[in-house]
Amino acid sequence: MAYDIIVVGNGPAGLSAAVQARARGKKVLVVGGAPSDIQLSKAELVRNYLGMPDLSGAEMMERFRDHAQQMGAELRTGRVLGVMPLGNSFLVSIGSEVEEAGAVVLATGVSYGAKIPGEEGFLGRGVSYCATCDGMFYRNKEVVVVGKSAQAPEEANYLQEIGCRVTYVANGPRPAELREDISYHKAARLEVVGEQTVTALKADGEEIPCAGIFLLRSAASPVDLVPGLAADGPYVQVDRNMATSIPGLFAAGDCVGQPLQISKAVGEGMMAGHRASEFVDQQKKA
Amino acid sequence: MAVQHFNQASFNDAISNNKVVLVDFWATWCGPCRMLAPVIEQLGAQYEGKVVVGKVDTDEQPALAMQFGIMSIPTVILFKDGKEVERKVGVMPAQAYTQMLDAAL
Repeated sequence: MAYDIIVVGNGPAGLSAAVQARARGKKVLVVGGAPSDIQLSKAELVRNYLGMPDLSGAEMMERFRDHAQQMGAELRTGRVLGVMPLGNSFLVSIGSEVEEAGAVVLATGVSYGAKIPGEEGFLGRGVSYCATCDGMFYRNKEVVVVGKSAQAPEEANYLQEIGCRVTYVANGPRPAELREDISYHKAARLEVVGEQTVTALKADGEEIPCAGIFLLRSAASPVDLVPGLAADGPYVQVDRNMATSIPGLFAAGDCVGQPLQISKAVGEGMMAGHRASEFVDQQKKA
Repeated sequence: MAVQHFNQASFNDAISNNKVVLVDFWATWCGPCRMLAPVIEQLGAQYEGKVVVGKVDTDEQPALAMQFGIMSIPTVILFKDGKEVERKVGVMPAQAYTQMLDAAL
């Protein structure tokens, strides 16, 4: 197995889990989106973190990241598309790659936001979360990329390059890295429209005709990532040891519940990293 | 014979000559598909003799993918008596497929 522990999410909880697991000699991979997608990076000033008052969120994230890297954790930028428990190990799909580990820590945060109307019903009938997986089915067709992550423009460019006709929709300025031949549409309220399959995206009331809609968020909700994972409302169900309903799978930080605070995330990440390391040790002995 | 790799001819043959056939539409560039592969292998072994379990590489067999309106992979389709009875899009726990198979048998 290439890794002892894979941490899904590179915010405070995930990096804390990684530091803890490295301190216990485990081989650790941390996978997450671009740093600018991490919730804490957007905080102007953090006043309540013990011993480190009045740092900016971005500064704090940089220290956390440096610490994890210095401890020897491997940090990879990518979107995790799924986690599959396989008896004695886990497979984690990251874009078109698959990695294996003895234990997994979910620290996805809650930035994935609510689903848009029609999203669930049209999943697999025009709605997709994976440009590399499904792009080929939409060659020579109109597609809309809903960009909700820093990596989304790159994936939109990929779709355009393989022959899809892309319209990029986001609620902000046009991303600089977007290819010039991709049209841009600014909108906030979105809805999937279709019959048997998707026919359009309704964006602030205006319909953009398309065969496919790629919803590219910085992270998927943990319940969508892991088939069969028990949830507690919008959060992952965990016990005192940050263990989820699936043996060997732990969760920490905002994705397990409120308060959505850095100290709580770091503490829970520490516990998850610790227990995940113990789990891996026990599996190796067995 | 655990899991078969179908082309158009062997697919048609399997569908028309077997009562229950489970087909996984996938591609090499799709991480989630590769993640599902061990589950499909396991189903092939578990239902050996009762169900034909096979895979269609949508990159090599685009006509089959188009025939079944595949728009997202992995898509797993259950055929009974030559007809599609159920499909699951995306990665599901093994249980989701065994339930579907047990209901068809």
